[in-house]
Amino acid sequence: MAFVNWLKRNLVVIAGLLTLGYLLLPNVVVTVFSFNKPNGRFNYTWQRFSTDAWKDPCGVAGMCDSLALSLQIALWATLGATALGTMIAFALVRYRFRARGAVNSLIFLPMAMPEVVMAASLLTLFLNMGARLGFWTVLIAHIMFCLSFVVIAVKARVMSMDPRLEQAAQDLYAGPFQTFVRVTLPIAAPGIAAGALLAFALSFDDFIITNFNAGSTVTFPMFVWGSAQRGTPVQINVIGTAMFVVAVLFVLVSMAVGNRRKRRVA
Amino acid sequence: MTLTEAPAPPAPAAPPPAARPRRRGRFTPYWLLLPGILWLLVFFALPMVYQASTSVQTGSLEEGYEVTWHVAAYWDALSGYWPQFLRSVAYAAAATTLCLLLGYPLAYLIAFRAGRWRNLIMILVIAPFFTSFLIRTLAWKTILADGGPVVGALNALHVLDVTGWLGWTAGDRVLATPLAVVCGLTYNFLPFMILPLYSSLERIDGRLHEAAGDLYARPVTTFRKVTFPLSMPGVVSGTLLTFIPATGDYVNADLLGSADTRMVGNVIQTQFLRVLDYPTAAALSFVLMAAILVMVTFYIRKSGTEDLV
Repeated sequence: MAFVNWLKRNLVVIAGLLTLGYLLLPNVVVTVFSFNKPNGRFNYTWQRFSTDAWKDPCGVAGMCDSLALSLQIALWATLGATALGTMIAFALVRYRFRARGAVNSLIFLPMAMPEVVMAASLLTLFLNMGARLGFWTVLIAHIMFCLSFVVIAVKARVMSMDPRLEQAAQDLYAGPFQTFVRVTLPIAAPGIAAGALLAFALSFDDFIITNFNAGSTVTFPMFVWGSAQRGTPVQINVIGTAMFVVAVLFVLVSMAVGNRRKRRVA
Repeated sequence: MTLTEAPAPPAPAAPPPAARPRRRGRFTPYWLLLPGILWLLVFFALPMVYQASTSVQTGSLEEGYEVTWHVAAYWDALSGYWPQFLRSVAYAAAATTLCLLLGYPLAYLIAFRAGRWRNLIMILVIAPFFTSFLIRTLAWKTILADGGPVVGALNALHVLDVTGWLGWTAGDRVLATPLAVVCGLTYNFLPFMILPLYSSLERIDGRLHEAAGDLYARPVTTFRKVTFPLSMPGVVSGTLLTFIPATGDYVNADLLGSADTRMVGNVIQTQFLRVLDYPTAAALSFVLMAAILVMVTFYIRKSGTEDLV
């Protein structure tokens, strides 16, 4: 009976942890199979332990090139989307202007549209213009679909900002430019950083829109997609595992630093 | 750094308008909006127009296309591919329901029961995003492999008999069946359900739970009458964030499914990139867009959260 009561009280916790397990299971599989030595071309069944792939992560033709290209595109797309998105966010929060409703829906719609629709329609535009598909068309597409997410992230931060801080700066004889650089920007920075991180992650991992508009350019997700047809090298799992570990470490370290800073202030 | 390129830095907030003269900044908002909005107009809105016009064109790749207001593409698209359409909606609805059922307990756990583990669990929910979703989807091929432990367990528990009878699985296989596709969709979009759920649960004042308890509500009643209604904004945005991308997805159906599980996204992709039948593909994509917009509008009206958008 005590057990049944305990079970009843902790049912939510158990169900939640099971869901967490469901979310993490594929990452466990990816990690374990990065140490596999498959017999055939596909890395789907466990054969025997080996660290070959970890010793030679770029041993597959084209993979590291595609990785470098994805990083490059993600970097530029992040810069572009963050710049454009931050400007829109400031305009939306700080000013009154005509057509605000139209602007809001233009920002909302890309997020409410299935990727395949955006991808296909953008391709028809590029085909009609006779554009050559490749790096630039992918970059244009990535900036387009990352933009709305940056606007949302920055808007949330700027909205919660106290306008009196800027007024105080101006009362202390800061010019508009100085106020912006020394007061507004530092306060908005976490929102801008969140938007930029989101844009980077979205761009780096995008497949559907890239697949339509890349032509013969191969980004990392496109490489993985192709390998699902031709044969999956173990190195894919090495990259996947490394990205997961780096991301977790990055978050943990930044949290530890943040905690220490908070403690010092207090 | 990004903002210094702005023509003029934004002047302080509008709220106390009488406080300062508004000489500067009449056109500032338009300058700030211009580049981004132009980008969205040219590369998001204009393509929709092009797509609509492509869908009523006839011709071939060699001879070029011409707008003939031929609506035959729509008829072809709908009569030829209605099963894929229905399948997309059914799979997406199933995945969304599963996401809600699986995601709610985890969001609840993070919001109310995790204590000092909260941040760690949050990180574990988000961290998988950093491994490419294609790699993680391929991992399901291993997990659901024929004769693997998962399929073996389901077989031993006679679950596969039931799902086979329902038409969700075929024989001793899970891979290449609707169940595998729905499982992959659920997995891929689960975080998009958990995060909005968590953010609306987190805002609930814990004292409301105490008050409900003080008024002799049992935990189940408290959940039904207090917690769940207050989490509705999260439920609505979570279901939208799951359902919309799931309907248009073709990655899961391609990697985990078979020819019998093709969704409308697969058809659009094949028509556009392999068959090069642009009018039909454009018509399909246009119908998908219209269907989703109608469903979403109806859903938002119905659930009474217009302020969501």
